[in-house]
Amino acid sequence: MSPPIPAPDVFPNKSPVPAEQSGSNRPKLGVYKFASCDGCQLALLSVENHLRQLADSVEICYFLEASSRIVPGPYDIGIVEGSVTTAHDAERIRGIRRDCRYLIAIGACATAGGIQALRNWANVEEYLSYVYAEPQYIDTLATSTAISEHVPVDFELRGCPIEPQQLLRVISDLLVDRQPRLARHSVCVECKLRQNVCVAVARGIPCLGPITQAGCGAICPSFDRECFGCFGPQENINAASWIGHCRSTDHATSRLVQLLRNVNSYDSHFREAGDGLIAKSISVEPS
Amino acid sequence: MADIDIGKRYWLAKPAFQNLLDALRELGYQVVGPTIRDEAIIYGPIERVAELPIGWWDDQEGGRYRLRQAPTDAWFEFVVGPQSLKHYTFPPRQTVLEGNQQADGQWKLTAIKPESPPTAILGVRACDLAALVIQDRVFLGSQYRDESFAARRERLFLVAANCQRAAPTCFCKSMNCGPRVTQAFDMALTEGADGFVVEVGSAAGAAVAERLPLKLASQSQVTQVEQRLAALIEQMSQGSESQTSAEPDSAHHNGCRSQRQLDTAGLRDLLFGNLNHPHWDEVASRCLSCGNCTMVCPTCFCSTVEEVPLLDDSQVLRERVWASCFTSEHSYMASGVVRQTTRSRYRQWLTHKLAGWIDQFGVSGCVGCGRCITWCPVGIDITAEVAALRSPQEIDRSNGHE
Ligand code: SF4
Ligand code: SF4
Ligand code: SF4
Ligand code: SF4
Repeated sequence: MSPPIPAPDVFPNKSPVPAEQSGSNRPKLGVYKFASCDGCQLALLSVENHLRQLADSVEICYFLEASSRIVPGPYDIGIVEGSVTTAHDAERIRGIRRDCRYLIAIGACATAGGIQALRNWANVEEYLSYVYAEPQYIDTLATSTAISEHVPVDFELRGCPIEPQQLLRVISDLLVDRQPRLARHSVCVECKLRQNVCVAVARGIPCLGPITQAGCGAICPSFDRECFGCFGPQENINAASWIGHCRSTDHATSRLVQLLRNVNSYDSHFREAGDGLIAKSISVEPS
Repeated sequence: MADIDIGKRYWLAKPAFQNLLDALRELGYQVVGPTIRDEAIIYGPIERVAELPIGWWDDQEGGRYRLRQAPTDAWFEFVVGPQSLKHYTFPPRQTVLEGNQQADGQWKLTAIKPESPPTAILGVRACDLAALVIQDRVFLGSQYRDESFAARRERLFLVAANCQRAAPTCFCKSMNCGPRVTQAFDMALTEGADGFVVEVGSAAGAAVAERLPLKLASQSQVTQVEQRLAALIEQMSQGSESQTSAEPDSAHHNGCRSQRQLDTAGLRDLLFGNLNHPHWDEVASRCLSCGNCTMVCPTCFCSTVEEVPLLDDSQVLRERVWASCFTSEHSYMASGVVRQTTRSRYRQWLTHKLAGWIDQFGVSGCVGCGRCITWCPVGIDITAEVAALRSPQEIDRSNGHE
């Protein structure tokens, strides 16, 4: 049922940032980068019209991807992209936490460790020797971990990359002291809203949509591909049933592990599901 | 043909079928019909007969849908796809209100009326017409009339097609909603070998029929299509595929092991009387809480409203978007999420659909189209879950899974 339409057709203008707060009294914003590809910061920069609006409502004090101008902290809102992969990172994030009233982790790297968390299952020394001519100069941790593993985070915004509209939404919520609420349901809901034909049901392709959180608008199934889980686990995830069904329909364990061990591989749900599959396959599947 | 009588049966030869598409277009309808997209039969714009999925069958099972070449040259031997009339009467996303900020800073709100052209939908099945009648009760049956539904509904011209074949997921017969088309059509087609028996159900239908090269159907033409329909009804009543198909060469063998059925006797009281049945936990262990079932169901009507600000702050759209009881948002209230678990969400879906609906609208919310079975990514089967809730012992899970 549609809600009743409010009777008066005019309501008073309510502006989130009071006029006297423009100028240097606007809330201060910092945007930080850790181990990442910069894609989430670029996603933010890509919404140009909104950026003007954002710059009107907050003072962008630290955002090296956009400007070399730095206004010293403390800040009202800190936005963190990237995962913690070095001892220096681990130290730096503690300082940032102290500097920022609200801390928002954005993207799969900051919320789950990113694609680089695949190192968490591997031997980093070995990786270094493949990649660098002089590995002795590299100083890195053995793991790539989410920001929340190191400091308390006020809000985690998922995605690889994030959906910039969601970030603007969260920022504007914070500016008016409103609890940010984003959909936590499955990608399937968005997929059906777009009237896609389900690739899992109609083509037998294993698709992470039913266990992945919405937010992307079901981009991949809209282009005939399975969902790759960029937005991490959906709120009521049932990975065991999804895996059980995929296995009963003859999907190779290796393919399922590949899907789960992607940008959100080290999220606790995806990690447990992937690890469980591997443990099972070692005992049943020789190849 | 002039002087069309509602209630008489006419005959449209297959080679003249294009005339029907043309007549609809000439009368100002946009014509939508079954067509193939992305390896499924969906509704799309149709101009030429060649765009129909002639010669295709859809194999459907729990969590599985595949198109294949039909072993016959029939035109309408596929059944229902992922979409239903709901997409046309209650679209997934619609703008209901527009807010514009005026020069003086005040907001002006304007209700948006749906702009849907008169639309003819071709090949609508009995279950979907039954679902439309249920939607009428939901959206128009109380003092809270849904004007956007009403506006879209009024502009539909429905060309029904009696089913020739049932998927194993179909159980319309159990729900008294098919396979024979009985209600709410403007024209109804029943396919024979080289043409269609045509029935006219409304004045709008007669206006289209007048433009077609129709003849009164002969007794043998009527008998031919009726025999096939009777065989299908028999098959669906028996719960398994009839060995004595109307076509003795078994060209209509649909390759299924069993035809779904749902025993509706005392179902409302059974469900409301078993809210703590252990089977709710069992189904919750399989259910992904993904919401696909509610999205494909032709009668599910839940929606939410979102405020969507446009590029600058001066305009905001209020959009009505489909919602699902499998999401936490659906039961979010000031105190938090009421239905936290998949168990409680699945129970909400099943008890609303098959029991609460009866109290609210006087009918079951299920027409037996089988979409929720086919399009569930793990093949959860509403008929099997009800059977399990009926019987104290667990049912055989091998049904539908290889
Ligand atoms: S294609 Fe994937 S995301 Fe879309 S409905 Fe199917 S399983 Fe869900
Ligand atoms: S509950 Fe399932 S079978 Fe019944 S009408 Fe809805 S989608 Fe069709
Ligand atoms: S079954 Fe769920 S989604 Fe469907 S109408 Fe009922 S509450 Fe809404
Ligand atoms: S019954 Fe199937 S389609 Fe419905 S929410 Fe559960 S897993 Fe998804």
